[in-house]
Order: sequence, then C-alpha cells, then structure tokens
Amino acid sequence: MNMELSRRQFLGAAGAGVAGTALGAFGFGEVETAHAEAIRAFKLVNTTETRNTCPYCSVACGIIMYSMGDLKKGEQAKIIHIEGDTDHPTNRGTLCPKGAALLDFVKAETRLKYPMIRKPGSDKFERIAWKDALDRIARLMKDDRDGNFVQKNNDGVTVNRWTTTGFLAASATTNETAFVTYKVVRSAGMLVFDNQARV
Amino acid sequence: MTNSWTDIKNTDLVVIMGGNAAEAHPCGFKWVTEAKANRGARLIVVDPRFTRSASVADLYAPIRQGTDIAFLLGVMNYCIQNDKVHWDYVKAFTNASYIIKDGFEYKDGLFTGYNETKRDYDKSSWDYVIGDDGYAQVDDTLTHPRSVWNLLKAHVSVYTPEMVERICGTPKEKFLKVAEMISECASPTKTMTSMYALGWTQHSKGSQNIRSMAMLQLILGNIGVRGGGMNALRGHSNIQGLTDVGLMSNLIPGYMTLPTEKEVDFESYMSTRAFKPLRPNQMSYWQNYRKFFVSFLKAMWGPAAAPENHFAYDWLPKLDVPGYDILRAFELMNQGKMAGYICQGFNPLLAAPNRKKVTESLSKLKFLVTMDPLDTETARFWENHGEFNDVDSSQIQTEVIQLPSTCFAEDEGSLTNSGRWLQWHWPGGTPPGEAMTDNWIMAQIHIRLKELYRKEGGAFPDPIVNLNWDYADPGEPTAEELAKEINGKAYANVYDPTDATKVVVEAGKRVPSFAALRDDGSTSCGCWIYSGCFNENGNNMARRDTSDPGETGAYSKWAFSWPVNRRILYNRASADLNGKAWDPSRKLIEWDGQKWSGYDVPDIAPTAKPSDVGPFIMNPEGVSRLFVRGMMRDGPFPAHYEPFESPVANLVAPNVRGNPAARVFKGDFEQFAKPASEEFPYAATSYRLTEHFHYWTKHVWVNAVLQPEFFVEISEELAKEKGIVGGGWVRVWSKRGSIRAKAVVTKRIKPLICDGKAVHVVGIPLHWGFTGGAKKGFGPNSLTPFVGDANIETPEYKAFLVNIEPIAGPVA
Repeated sequence: MNMELSRRQFLGAAGAGVAGTALGAFGFGEVETAHAEAIRAFKLVNTTETRNTCPYCSVACGIIMYSMGDLKKGEQAKIIHIEGDTDHPTNRGTLCPKGAALLDFVKAETRLKYPMIRKPGSDKFERIAWKDALDRIARLMKDDRDGNFVQKNNDGVTVNRWTTTGFLAASATTNETAFVTYKVVRSAGMLVFDNQARV
Repeated sequence: MTNSWTDIKNTDLVVIMGGNAAEAHPCGFKWVTEAKANRGARLIVVDPRFTRSASVADLYAPIRQGTDIAFLLGVMNYCIQNDKVHWDYVKAFTNASYIIKDGFEYKDGLFTGYNETKRDYDKSSWDYVIGDDGYAQVDDTLTHPRSVWNLLKAHVSVYTPEMVERICGTPKEKFLKVAEMISECASPTKTMTSMYALGWTQHSKGSQNIRSMAMLQLILGNIGVRGGGMNALRGHSNIQGLTDVGLMSNLIPGYMTLPTEKEVDFESYMSTRAFKPLRPNQMSYWQNYRKFFVSFLKAMWGPAAAPENHFAYDWLPKLDVPGYDILRAFELMNQGKMAGYICQGFNPLLAAPNRKKVTESLSKLKFLVTMDPLDTETARFWENHGEFNDVDSSQIQTEVIQLPSTCFAEDEGSLTNSGRWLQWHWPGGTPPGEAMTDNWIMAQIHIRLKELYRKEGGAFPDPIVNLNWDYADPGEPTAEELAKEINGKAYANVYDPTDATKVVVEAGKRVPSFAALRDDGSTSCGCWIYSGCFNENGNNMARRDTSDPGETGAYSKWAFSWPVNRRILYNRASADLNGKAWDPSRKLIEWDGQKWSGYDVPDIAPTAKPSDVGPFIMNPEGVSRLFVRGMMRDGPFPAHYEPFESPVANLVAPNVRGNPAARVFKGDFEQFAKPASEEFPYAATSYRLTEHFHYWTKHVWVNAVLQPEFFVEISEELAKEKGIVGGGWVRVWSKRGSIRAKAVVTKRIKPLICDGKAVHVVGIPLHWGFTGGAKKGFGPNSLTPFVGDANIETPEYKAFLVNIEPIAGPVA
C-alpha cells in the first residue's frame, strides 16, 4: 500500500506508541505490519519537546527542540533535533539557513565547558575552578572599586560613580538576565555600561 | 518597530532602505512576500548593492552609502511640491502649525548656535514660541512664515531631484519613480511601511537618517496605522529587550535617564522631568515619570529605598559626560584610565571599530572577564594567530578570565523581538561541561562583592549591601522571580486616586500594569514599560493563543507586547479627528461616542475625546514632531552631511566635514582619510550574509561550510580597472589597517556617478575571525573609523574609505 502519513497525523493517531500495533488497529493486516517493522523507529518518538525561540535575529522565530531526557523530571537532556514551530504566528514553522542549523550551535565544538584563566604575559589558557574564578573576579572588582570610586566630585556633589571598570552587556540574554545584570552593575556604581544595540 | 512582523501583511508599499530583510531577517521578510501576493503591495529597495531584497523588488534604486538623508529630504520635497501630503493628519497630528523662535535658522550646513571647538550647539533658539498662557503658539492656517511647516518646506527645497542625483548617485528618473510611488501613500487609504536596520544606524548621522523617514511617514500619515510605521529590524534576538531594560550608560529601565551630576538631588532631577503639557488637554504621559522612577528605585533597593533617603536617589551613579558608551570605554582604556572590563556575550575585538585601537586598549587592562557560550576572539585577544591576530602574548599583561555560559537552548526567560513581543522560552538541554546560566554568574559575583564589603568595608558599600535580593536561592534568581520583579508589585495597599476607599492592588500582590504604580514608595517595578508582563493573571509572555479576530495580524493573545499588550504604537492616529478609521478596510480602533475600542489596546485614555486629546501621548504637545526642538544634538531638522570619510565633498555645505556635532576623540581625526582622498579612493561598506549571524555562526558547522571564507565584493568595472580577477586575492586597506581577502566580482555592485565622478563601492561582509569552524579571516572593523553617531554613538561602519589592489595568494 501507499500510505503517506505526515508525522503529526501519525503521532496523533498512534499516540506516539508502537508503530506496528497502532497500524494493526487500523486493519491493514500483516503485510503492513511487517512493512512498518522494517522501517526504523521514528527518531523523535521518545523525545521531549520544548518550545523556544531562535537566538539570532529579532524576528524571533518559534522553534521546537527535541531532547533525549527531560529536564523537568530532573534528567540529563540531550537535544537531538531542532525545527520551526508551525504554531508560531510569525514564522509558521519556517526557518532561515541560520535557524535551520541551530542544532550545530548547541553542539558546537567551540562551546565553552570550563572556566579558564590566562595569566599576565602567558600564551595559554588554564583551567580554574568556578569558585576560584569568581573569588578572583570579586577581588579584582573590589580592589579597583575601592581605589577609584568617586563619592563626591570637585564641587562637593555626591556622584557615587565608578568608571575604571566597565561592563558590556549582551544582545541575546533574556530580559530577566538583563534586569539582574542591571541591578548588579548599577548597584556597584558602574557607568561604563553598554550593550550591543549599536553593532 | 512601531508595528509588528505580522502586521507587514497589511501594507501597500514596503520601502527597504538601510537594511536587507530578505537576507538578514528572512522569516520576517516573508510578510513582505505575503503583502505582495495577497494585497498587491509593492516593494522598493534603495541600497548601494543589488541585494536579495532588491532582487524581488518592484523597483530598485542604487544609492551611495551615507547619503540617505539627501534622498529622503528629496522625497519630502517632492511630496510638498506636488501636494502629496496627508493634510488632515499633518495639521492635526504633527507640530506643522507650531511657531518657531525668531533666532533659529539653518545656513551653510549649520544650525544656529554652533560652537566649533566644542563640536556642539547652543540649542536655545531651537524651540517654540511660548505664549503667555504657557502653551506653544500655533497657526492652524500654516501660513505663518515661522511655522514648522514653512521652515521645513524651505529647508528641504535644496534637495531637488537633480541635487539628489549629484549627491546620492541615484539616476534622476529612478529617484523620481521612487518619489512618485512613495507619494501615493499620502492618500488616507494607502499606506507604506519603512523597514530599516543597521544600514541606517551605523553612520555618524544614523539617528537623523531614521528621523528623516519618520518625518516622511508623518507627512504621509502612515504612523499608527496598520501596514505603516517605522520598523527597525533589530539585529539580535534581544537587543530590543536589553535596551528596554536600560543596559546602557545613561539609561534607567523603561527609557528613563540616569541623573547627571548637575542634578544634585531628587527634586532637581525631577524638575527637568515635569513634562508639563505644551497644549491644552494633552495627556503628556511622561508626567507619570516620578511614579515610574520611584517604583524603579524600590525594585533596586526595596525597603532601603524610603521617603527619608529620597528612595536612595544618591545611590545611583551620576554622569559627568553624556554617556560612557563602548567607544568612550575603549578611548579611556587606550588612555590607561581603566583597569577592568567585563564582556557578557559580546565580542568587541570584532565588533568595535578600529581593531588595532581595540587590541591596544584591551592590552592596557589589568583584567578582562568574558562570559559566553562560545570561544570568542575577545577572550583570546592576547593569543597570536599570525596575521589574523598578530600580537606578542608575552607583552600583554592583562589577566583574562573566561567564563562558560549556557546558550538559549539551556536557559529560561523572555526575549523581546523587534515588534516588542516578549516571548517566553524554556530550556530543553543540559549545558555542556560546567557552563552556567548568566543569572547564576551575575548573582555569584554580586554575593561575593557584598560579602567582601560586609567583611572588609570599603568605598561606599551601601548600594551593594542593600541591593534588594529577595530570591528563594540568592545564588541563582530564577527567570520567573526576576520577571515578577520587572512586572512590579504593591508593598502596601494601592488606592484609587479618585476614591480613597477603593483598593486597586492589595499589598503583596503584583500590579496589573504601570497604571497602578505610585510615587510614594507603595509600589515597586523593575521596568515600567514591561509592567503587566507577569501580573496576577500569570506569565503573559508565555501565552500561546493564536487567535486573531478580524485577521488583522495583531495576535493579541500570543505572548505579551509592551506597553500593556499594545501591538501598534500610536494607534489612535489610525483614526481621524472624529475617531473614525482613515481607512475603513484597515480599522484598528475607533471612537464610539463614549470610548475607544477595536482590535488593539488603544494608545490613548479610553475615554479621551478624539477632538480634544492628541494621539502622541508621550509628547507634551500631544502631536508628533516634524521639528524636534533641542532634543537631538545635530539639529531639529535632518541635514545632509557626508560620512567622515567620503569620496566627495559635501555639495550642500562644502565647508562642513562629517557630522559637525559628532564626537571625535583626540587623535582619531588624524586617522580619517581626507574627503575625496586619492590615497583611499573607494567607498567601503559592511554587510551581513544570509548564511551567517555575526561572529557566532562560524562556530556552527553547517554555516561554516555554507560560507567558509572571508571575501570582499567589488564591481566588474573596478575589477577591470585594478586588474583583479574573481576568486583572486586582494589587499584592502584603510588609514587604520589592512586585510587580505578573496575577491568576489559581481554585477550586484555598480559604480555610482556622483556629481560627474565615478564612485566605486567595496562591500565587506563581517562574519570571520580566528576562532570557530570557518576559515580564519578578517572583519570590517580592522578598517573602520573610530567615530559614532552624534546622538547615540553607533560607529560609522557603513561608509568609509579604502584602497584595494590585487596580490599574490598565500602559500598553501
């Protein structure tokens, strides 16, 4: 038989169950069962679907990520496929050459895995523990702030500013990350503060 | 964007100028295709290159980069001369009728009040005549010689089609065709949308490029209507959000501004932010500034921000300069005035102009911290990569700490798209190795700083140790906790201002929207324009209802659009003075005699009578501004200025070089090529490819394979003139640096004839560096000048001068 079922129809009818049994229930008989069994199990049957949006341009296309394992259940989850979200009003499931390759971003060889430090004059990065890296950053920031914080300007006006350490914020972090970043940066009195709106 | 991506389907004419949506925003461009296919909309593309957007356009007009203002003022002049003006709209909804002070004038490329030494203006004459009643004086007949309309008419009159051709290199007949098509949209039942991106912003007069089109759209009556608007196609997925939330030197979330040191206390700060209406009955919505500002301070410092300490006003740092933007940061670094720099998901070694200066500057730091999911060039600026990063590591004393962060797929929260939709996303994967979320990293830095200050004391610890940090796990605030903080809540019962017995919000509850915010400390709100995003109804950003009544493209129940879920800004202007839609087939909201209602959340008080209250409620005038008073540094009207590096002199103002009000640091001027330089004769511009996203996708195998290698793009004519062959190697150099590339010789670029002189364009895409999977290469920032826009310091990436020559290829 020539049976073309789209993936969604298939998942809807078979309830993501065992292909042979479900097809059998349709009454197609043994031939079809054997045929179905010969086909490799659909890769996404046992995956967890998660809604996300493309991190590149500002169209913000809806995407669906398929992972082995479910974060919500406290499991390790490995994303194995990403595709456009057909329910999304803007992109209606379509993706561009960048969005269509998002899986390779998630799995990029040059994804960073560990904190690293490069010491003055050195020609290499070395591993450093998170705790040590963060302690070091806080120390460097505090020493510079204590040494250069301006509480009052020459006219005696309270200005409470720190301009010798700066912060460049991102362009693809969440609004929530943006706000917590704002709080941390401004509360320290930092003025050298910018984002990527201009480039 | 004033409108949204899905609203583009409602337009009659799309003008893509200063952008290339088909390649840089492909899935958004689909809505252009939709409008063309279903409405018979037409597409005009104006660009130095025949882009893929141009390839599907009804009309393509070439233009020399950096001359958009001359082109647009030329279109404005055409509309005025040919009576293609939406008169009812212009008279009622713009400041065309306002009378301007006698002292103001424009002459020889300069406005009144210029100070050459300061490169700045005394703007006191750039203002309305204010009557004894305290209101701006107007002349509804538009006959007063000092009315905005008559000043504008005179100002644009020099930009004739002939002058446009001489400046822009756009053939006169092409220009006239564009002007004619645009002018048709002066009809109340025809509308045009403007889609632009960094092709307009990355100029020393970028803000005025955009203003020019905004003014044109007002003259045509296209702001506030379906299928119209000014639509900035933001480059990155959340640069809209990062700006909304105020992550810039001089901003407070929601487009409030940080105090300067002249604003010595809370009341002097508020005194310049009163926003008293300039015409009777106007809403002048910024009059609520104090409520938003106090609520922000409460979000920052919670109970420690109290009436007694003016809600901790003194804890905000005070500016001594307009802003410490990225260019000033690198200038200060280069002067040895900075010790530390922290880069969160930002790669300035490739993104900031004049790379040589950037490398030198980073080398002078004591420490650099990077947070990124990817191995960026900035984190490795000290590492030698031959000609691609020719540094001596042993001579660089900067300590560099590189922190691995999660990427979108492993993180939760909202991003704000170009159309102001806040869309929530969920994590689906386990981060690699020890990568951590940015929320965790920022929290860890903060709690360590706080601990050090508690233990050791030090410089003014109060704002750090008192920062409101009310999270279940202080070491990692969750996205939901932060979103609720951004939304805002009531610290005490909030009462109805007209009925003191009626509680609007109970203490402890989240506010429904910013209308419930108060200035007495009873409410907090992280970012007032986002208020309502996560109120007591739940997380509105996570909504996924695709219904669209009337098929307007609004999708009002999908996610949350700021402000208050409004989908089209200024939508009151979609209706006439009686409150009826200008175009009944494109109804948005209408007045039923009692109130406003329709397909969108009205951008006006629901009971504001249409004849009384103007649609531009954020302005004290209640109308939009064709003349912007002293609010922009480089003029109340746009004027044509050449780029700082220009292949020709300024035809309308020969003595003016670049934008006269743009900031130039000492030493940088000497690094600009002279106008019409023989040493650097070619006009270069930077651009994106559809296969790549900035410097990220060279790390992505598929994209690295699709476009593996850096190239520059030149015309067949220039190739012939210089003896360059397609696929051959060339050297391209500016006064600041030199790069090597393969040449792509195309028909997509043609020489432009500007005032009789052939100007050759060199296109330089921006996606290569020395980390990732693609071949090592260079970026345009090795060549570009260190100067930004006069108002917001966006670097001039789109127009600069280079030279080019064929060279032998590298030895394999």
